[in-house]
Amino acid sequence: MSATTNASSEVPSASAVWLKRLLGCGIGAVLIVLLFAALDWTGTDYAYLAAYTVVQFILLATAWNILGGYAGYVNFGTAAFFAIGCYTTVFCYKAFQLPLLATLPISAVLAGLVGLGTGYLTLRLRGVFFSICTLAMAVVLQTLVTNWNYVGGSRGAYILRPESVPLFGSYSRFLFAIMLAMAIGSVLLARHIERTWLGRGLAAIRDEELAAESSGVPALRLKLIATSLSGALMGLAGTPFPYFITYVDPTTAFSLNIAVNTIAMPLIGGTATWLGPVVGALLLGIIQQWVTVTISSSLNLMIVGVLLVLFVAVAPNGMVGFVQGLRRRKA
Amino acid sequence: MTTAPLLKMTGVTKRFGGFTALDTVDLELYPNERLGLIGPNGSGKSTLVNCLTGVYRLDGGSVVFNGSDISSFDIHSRTRIGIARSFQIPRPFKGLTVVQNIEVPLAFAVGMTHQREIADAAHAILKEVGLNAKADAMPRVLSQVELRKLELGRALAARPKLLVADESMAGLSDSEVDEILEVLFRLNGEGISIILIEHIMRAVNRFSQRVAVLVAGAKIADGPPKEVMAHPEVERAYLGQ
Amino acid sequence: MDITWDLFVNALLSGLLLGGFYAATAVGITIAFGMLDIANIAHPAFMMLGAFLAYYFNTWLGVDPLIVTLVVMPFAFLLGRCVYKLYYQAFERRSDESLQGLAFFFGVLFIVEVGLLLVFGVDYRFVTAPYIGPSIGMGPISVPMRMVVPLLVGVGLVISVQVFLSRTFMGRAILAVAQDREALRLVGVDPIWIKEIAFGIALATAVAAGALLIIIQPVEPSVGRDFIGRVFAICVLGGMTSLGGTVLASAIVGVAESFTSTFAGPSWAPAVSFGLLIITLAIRPSGIFGR
Repeated sequence: MSATTNASSEVPSASAVWLKRLLGCGIGAVLIVLLFAALDWTGTDYAYLAAYTVVQFILLATAWNILGGYAGYVNFGTAAFFAIGCYTTVFCYKAFQLPLLATLPISAVLAGLVGLGTGYLTLRLRGVFFSICTLAMAVVLQTLVTNWNYVGGSRGAYILRPESVPLFGSYSRFLFAIMLAMAIGSVLLARHIERTWLGRGLAAIRDEELAAESSGVPALRLKLIATSLSGALMGLAGTPFPYFITYVDPTTAFSLNIAVNTIAMPLIGGTATWLGPVVGALLLGIIQQWVTVTISSSLNLMIVGVLLVLFVAVAPNGMVGFVQGLRRRKA
Repeated sequence: MTTAPLLKMTGVTKRFGGFTALDTVDLELYPNERLGLIGPNGSGKSTLVNCLTGVYRLDGGSVVFNGSDISSFDIHSRTRIGIARSFQIPRPFKGLTVVQNIEVPLAFAVGMTHQREIADAAHAILKEVGLNAKADAMPRVLSQVELRKLELGRALAARPKLLVADESMAGLSDSEVDEILEVLFRLNGEGISIILIEHIMRAVNRFSQRVAVLVAGAKIADGPPKEVMAHPEVERAYLGQ
Repeated sequence: MDITWDLFVNALLSGLLLGGFYAATAVGITIAFGMLDIANIAHPAFMMLGAFLAYYFNTWLGVDPLIVTLVVMPFAFLLGRCVYKLYYQAFERRSDESLQGLAFFFGVLFIVEVGLLLVFGVDYRFVTAPYIGPSIGMGPISVPMRMVVPLLVGVGLVISVQVFLSRTFMGRAILAVAQDREALRLVGVDPIWIKEIAFGIALATAVAAGALLIIIQPVEPSVGRDFIGRVFAICVLGGMTSLGGTVLASAIVGVAESFTSTFAGPSWAPAVSFGLLIITLAIRPSGIFGR
């Protein structure tokens, strides 16, 4: 495990910090403009849809890692939170014709509350039971949704994309922009958590929960915060999805594919910091897009599974951890 | 003693299924006192500590600390009001450096918020336990005695009124045992009451003002070291030791 | 009134039959998780492996699935030993069990399911045998043979395991390692080897149970997922380490599912065992606290 940012080093001056932030934002803005230009240059809608999928996984992987990597609690029920986002959209679309932007905060709150509830019921138990319960919750939720006819039940529901969107031209561009914004937001949030005492407390819980409690860390409270944040972010990831694929049914929304990818990406990329999930999502996301287009989509599921098992057994610190290990050995 | 006890455990009972680990145990500790807690393996010492620190819920009896009944408090709350412990087998936070390990209780148990202050306090504690040279090292490179010092340092960082040193000397050499004893004496000198759980008798005799003996879940002796060691039942319990 | 009573009795009977069979599926988890503390969530994947092996040999070679059940067990035992050896080397030894170990089994679950999908496709597969089809009539109630046979074999399996655990040296060593790993070392027995054997047995029962499952109902690769909740719910409800508890809990889960299916509709059934699990853990987690 790499050491988290050494917060006991010299504290830089306030103006230096702001200059660094401004520079960071500047570089970020330039990169984003370049990204859009590159995608536009391909001239296809597919480029945006592929990019949307990859960025969606960055969001999911980062969200999962807040609880999984930082606190050490494995959530197998990612699909459930994702589906909460999907079905909040379906419900709000059918009942109130609410636009996507208005639905986002609603799903975040709902998914966050479900995370809080699940956590409250199971986080006082060992990590293993929490994990099994997340799996259980996913199945229970899927059963509930399958039997809920208003949102289509097992037959599914259709969502119509709006005719036009101000500022962004095509709707795919708009969806991508929203997902990109959320993904960037989640990475910034994860980075912020790492650097605050919440992150330090979660790291202590992950390493030795009993010793952490004995050191005054309110473990349950911190875990509940992590679970709620993680859940809310995963719900956000699912919210634009119905507009993305225009037809949602429980099998798609609760797909095991999402659950496996969300776990594989941080584990392969590295769970200690915010960078790991991003690396894992980019790598795996791009590989999968390529394999789906060139070979077949079932094969790409197999690849994810095999990579997950390999990395977990051989390189448990992920790629980021592996590189850090190399650097340490050289020094 | 005319002063009120710092800690008063009364009638403490703990069962696991059909097995009674502790049977109506009474234990008192006075401010600034050095208490040795001894007993054969399996006698309930660790269980008693776990009941004191909140790891286990009592099946009977109560724990009163500094005048308040803390029997229903959870672990981190008990640490915050002044009860700290070190673990038998050291449990450092593997992913944090030595100084970061010390910072955790400072931030969470004591509630310090200013990063500069926390760092300074942590380095001061490392100096007290003799680990300041290893401040930025990772726990995995520490030796056994250094890990034990880290355990004590982490407990000390919670600014406790009562510190439970749970077998902090197991497996150490004679000189290493003396190193740890020196740290404990110094901490007691600063006003911290200490419960020393140990099998190393010379350390217990040297350190304790009072010794309590647990055998099979019951306290069979409680008094000055010389008296307790000469007690016939205590001798019997340690036959073959 | 008569119709409801008939329905009730039928549901109860189906539930008990199913429950008896569920015990065979869960006994492997009671051993692996309850006794050895290995959260093998890939257990249902191995059940599916057994089911599809039975399908394959039944369809292409006309072999009776019960024969497949028997023949496949020794191989599954060896496979189990290999899987445990791998798990031990990669995780238990490094005491990295929680995050990585769980992810490992999840990955294995996924690989097996996708593998079966690639080979056999998404269609439901079934087997044929002389006892599938006919039913035994007992007064107003008729019980299909395809449920009775796996029940009998399944119960036989559970009883054999119980006898093995309580009467043989190896079995008692397994019970001992569940309680205190170090004590075994003092008697000169390598606890790692014992756990290997135990895990092998657990996997063997999983594969066997899968072969029995396809006798009861047609299966497709993702059916395994329903069993994750079932087997863990049964293990937890049954008190984790006791086989007797497992049998009782299986009956409860079986009957609960059967009633839900009959009176609320089959689309609600998958949620029952998972729901029971969540409720049990939330309310009565005796002996499940980490400390």
